[in-house]
Amino acid sequence: MRELVLTLNRLLWLVPTLLGLLAITFTISHIIPADPIAFIAGDNASAEQIAALKAKFGVDKPIPVQLWNYVIGVAQGDFGVSLYTQRPIADDLVSRLPATLELAFVSILLSAVIGIPLGVLAAIDRNSWLDHVLRVFTVSGLAIAAFWLAILFQLLFAMELGITPLQGRVDGWGPEPVTGFFLIDSAWTGDWETFRSVAHHMILPAVTLSFPAMATVMRFTRAGVLDAINSNYVDYQNAMGVPRRVVVWRYVLRNALIGTVTQLGLIFGNLIANAVVVEAVFDWPGLGLYAVNSILQSDYNAIMGFTLVMGAVFIIANLLVDISHGLIDPREAG
Amino acid sequence: METARFLLRKLAADRTAALGALLILLLIVVAIAAPILSTHPQDVSEFNPPGRLQPPSVEHFFGTDRMGSDVYSRILFGARITIAIAVIAIGVSVLIGIPVGLVAGYYRNWVSDALMRISDIFLAVPQIVLAIAIAQTLGPSIENVILALSATYWPFWARLVYAETRSALNETYVEASIALGASPGRVMLFHVLPNISSSLIVRTTIGMGGTILTAATLGFLGLGPPAPSPEWGRTIAESREFLPEAWWYATAPGLAIFLVVMGFNLFGDGLRDILDPRTRRSSDG
Repeated sequence: MRELVLTLNRLLWLVPTLLGLLAITFTISHIIPADPIAFIAGDNASAEQIAALKAKFGVDKPIPVQLWNYVIGVAQGDFGVSLYTQRPIADDLVSRLPATLELAFVSILLSAVIGIPLGVLAAIDRNSWLDHVLRVFTVSGLAIAAFWLAILFQLLFAMELGITPLQGRVDGWGPEPVTGFFLIDSAWTGDWETFRSVAHHMILPAVTLSFPAMATVMRFTRAGVLDAINSNYVDYQNAMGVPRRVVVWRYVLRNALIGTVTQLGLIFGNLIANAVVVEAVFDWPGLGLYAVNSILQSDYNAIMGFTLVMGAVFIIANLLVDISHGLIDPREAG
Repeated sequence: METARFLLRKLAADRTAALGALLILLLIVVAIAAPILSTHPQDVSEFNPPGRLQPPSVEHFFGTDRMGSDVYSRILFGARITIAIAVIAIGVSVLIGIPVGLVAGYYRNWVSDALMRISDIFLAVPQIVLAIAIAQTLGPSIENVILALSATYWPFWARLVYAETRSALNETYVEASIALGASPGRVMLFHVLPNISSSLIVRTTIGMGGTILTAATLGFLGLGPPAPSPEWGRTIAESREFLPEAWWYATAPGLAIFLVVMGFNLFGDGLRDILDPRTRRSSDG
């Protein structure tokens, strides 16, 4: 019951936090030294024409009124119209969100499936050559610029070796849209050819994105296992003759993963931040590529919308991490 | 003096931290001595189109770029931009974050609540996302990159200082100085701040690496200093249309970013082991 109240409380905080974020982005976009209306109107516009344009975009009103109108608009799902696609920004964002989320989920999955076992191996064989190699890998994983790694992968695997596609999300049009997640949609309709194409296109961007995430997962799993392996219950189980393999992979790992799970929010944040540039390099049609194109078009409203959606995704992800943390570690739920 | 010697001895004994210090030192030397160390210092502003996109050679260590300029020389001058952006942005964030954190941590009233709520809002999105929004609005230049990074980075320090101040307030030495009639400002500056400085130093070192990565990302997206600036992120972006032929063009600046960020991360990890034993790195078990 107490858990539920806490979760609801956190959920309610989502609203003021997003409102605050909105106020920040709005303030940023309204302290621009340049006058966008003069830019749209051109040099030869008369005073009346400029006034008409100002009225049309609502910038003739005082700033607080403008902020109010923007908030009301956003609350109704209206972020304005994109200069880049000429469509409502809200529609653009909604249609691109699944591509980014699909890439992010696959990358997180990849980093967990590879990072957790490697972290355990590094911990039980502490100071072995494997541990040292993995340590170099963790340190460098967090120092590499994601866009550079993306370009290097592209250079090697797509351009030189030609074993992966250079960019894009799928050959052709993609599966019949149901969820917007191409892997799920193509599997759902039994279109395995599309499924293979989607998976093939996803390899490079997903591996690029999972690289730093994997480094973090490995580091914390290793630390967690080292912590847990010195506990009394491990000594007890060893003394009882429980096979070491069972002790480590069943009992120690569960306790060790608590620390890794608390880092998932941070990992996810880094991951979607890196997704912006990685999508740009691989021409992956998600929110990141949309933001980059909006940057090129100086489309302020689209970038504000993108920032808000990213904020919402990030806050919800952290909320889910907190909830799952309580499920794994009963002490937390209290 | 005694502590400084202790620090140095500990750092020298930690091989990875020493490597990190070496890399940072290299960055500083390169930035200062760029005009001497570079083979073609004039190539930062002058171009030589006939000699464009030449592969690495004795004449051009890392080849030439799309304008025929020496990539090696431009990377050396790019180090200056990297240092300037990282040092100023971190400096401004620390200068905003420390007072905000101290005040919010020391007092327990609506002001401290408001300050922390505001930093929470900034921390609600990944730094790069907000930095993109700010840099985009202000236009591409070094100053605006610094502004965007500072505006998005100060809450990290505010949060850290806030948490450390709150726990320091429970310590006997703070209680004692308050009982002796020390003013709030005196308690914050002379009692709390010195005692939280080690975790501040550790965070700042590791923060440098992150800031350099974020700055390079802004440069890559075209939000950094405009052409013909030798900024590393921008150079990588420019190289993309000449791949796969001009592989050196994209590889060299990325390697520079990697080594510098690696240096700050390794050095920061080493410092943490020495200064902040509570959060020891995993290798010590």
